[in-house]
Amino acid sequence: MTVVNSTPAIESRQLNIYYGKFHAVRDVNLSIERNKITAMIGPSGCGKSTVLRCFNRMNDLIPIARTEGEVLFNGQNIYADTVDPVQVRRHVGMVFQKPNPFPKSIYENIAWGAKINGFVGNMDELVEESLRDAALWDEVKDKLHQSALGLSGGQQQRLCIARTIAVKPDIILMDEPCSALDPIATLKIEDLMRELVENYTIIIVTHNMQQAARVSDYTAFFMVDDSRTGHLMEFGPTKELFTKPKHKQTEDYITGRFG
Amino acid sequence: MARTHFVRELQRLQDEVLLLGSMVRQALVESVQALRSRDHAAAKRIIAYDREINAKRYAIEDAALSLLATQQPMAGDLRLLAAILELATELERMGDYAKGISRINLMMGHEPLVKPLVEIPQMCDKVADMLRRALDAFIAQDLEAAKTIPLEDDVIDAWYNTINRELIDVVTKNPSLIDRANYLSWVAHNLERAGDRVTNICERVIYTVTGELIEFDAEEPLFSGTN
Repeated sequence: MTVVNSTPAIESRQLNIYYGKFHAVRDVNLSIERNKITAMIGPSGCGKSTVLRCFNRMNDLIPIARTEGEVLFNGQNIYADTVDPVQVRRHVGMVFQKPNPFPKSIYENIAWGAKINGFVGNMDELVEESLRDAALWDEVKDKLHQSALGLSGGQQQRLCIARTIAVKPDIILMDEPCSALDPIATLKIEDLMRELVENYTIIIVTHNMQQAARVSDYTAFFMVDDSRTGHLMEFGPTKELFTKPKHKQTEDYITGRFG
Repeated sequence: MARTHFVRELQRLQDEVLLLGSMVRQALVESVQALRSRDHAAAKRIIAYDREINAKRYAIEDAALSLLATQQPMAGDLRLLAAILELATELERMGDYAKGISRINLMMGHEPLVKPLVEIPQMCDKVADMLRRALDAFIAQDLEAAKTIPLEDDVIDAWYNTINRELIDVVTKNPSLIDRANYLSWVAHNLERAGDRVTNICERVIYTVTGELIEFDAEEPLFSGTN
């Protein structure tokens, strides 16, 4: 087991999430290492996306969602009353399942978030740098002012990643970022993730267990119990989880013997 | 290129196999040098060094299995990883021969050799040279080299037979030398087996390149995957 010697990038403590009366996720204690990719896997309804959305308070947008426990970012509980969720999302960005560029130009897609956040530097440079970091620059440099909606699905997703990193977050959350993409575009995103992790911490939720195995450093396996409440079953280095899982449920899931 | 992370890991693993190969080659060469100079301290060092060889073998196996488990290798990548697992085992066993020779060196004490060391160093140099070229062929995916290196094993077998004939002569003339003659025969046997392992490595290089599992003694492919 790798020793985690720096403070975690983000950490949940006794995290419990409810949708109305339904107890969706119970007692999740998860510590995310900096500059690593952590994958969250598990069967449908295990709560992995729900937990991911807690890391930047995205669940606040669901009126019936309620959260107990703590999510510590830089030592501070992001669910404390004094914390502005918009500020949280500025540090913890998110890329979604379906690429969702704004119906604007490629350039505007990048520039918008920066402008909102009061960016005062050279916008052309920021756009170029963000697109380069997202491995998209060479493909779009001659059509920056064309609509982002003209890009392929894979390019749109990389544009969304560029848009996320333009505001220099610490953490990037990815919720099934490749599920709408073909295998080649998927591998491009995975390669990009390995590049990005030099500078960012990445947490990815994926239904594709092989993707978790390929791309991540750590894997968190979530399970659902008889009352349909999700919980963290096993967490560890990806290599170990996929070669010698500690729990039978993990073994059954990763070997396809589940359900 | 796509999958840069995986490709980098594969290359790193190939480098590790090369490193294990040179550790084993060095152990073999030094085991025969130590025998020639009857250097017991060196023999003990080589015996101890075998632990490092074993550790390297297991590290390679562990890394290869992790890549198999996490990266879903296919086709050439899959064959390469399968070959790496085999090579690590073959090389580790060759390391055992160096340890075996060093043990014999210690068992012989300080009694003089029953015959001058002529063919044994030649066998050792030949095995070391073939091993180096077999691993070069592995890295370069050089099918021609992998097919021709095993043919040179006949030279090693010939030296082995010469040594044994001479040792039988020695023992026939003076039966009290049987133990000391046996020691040298074992040394030669270790080197002969090391030569066979180089052939096994070449077979795995051929498998990596072509997907065919062949055995050099057999005329036809034993299994060609398409059968």
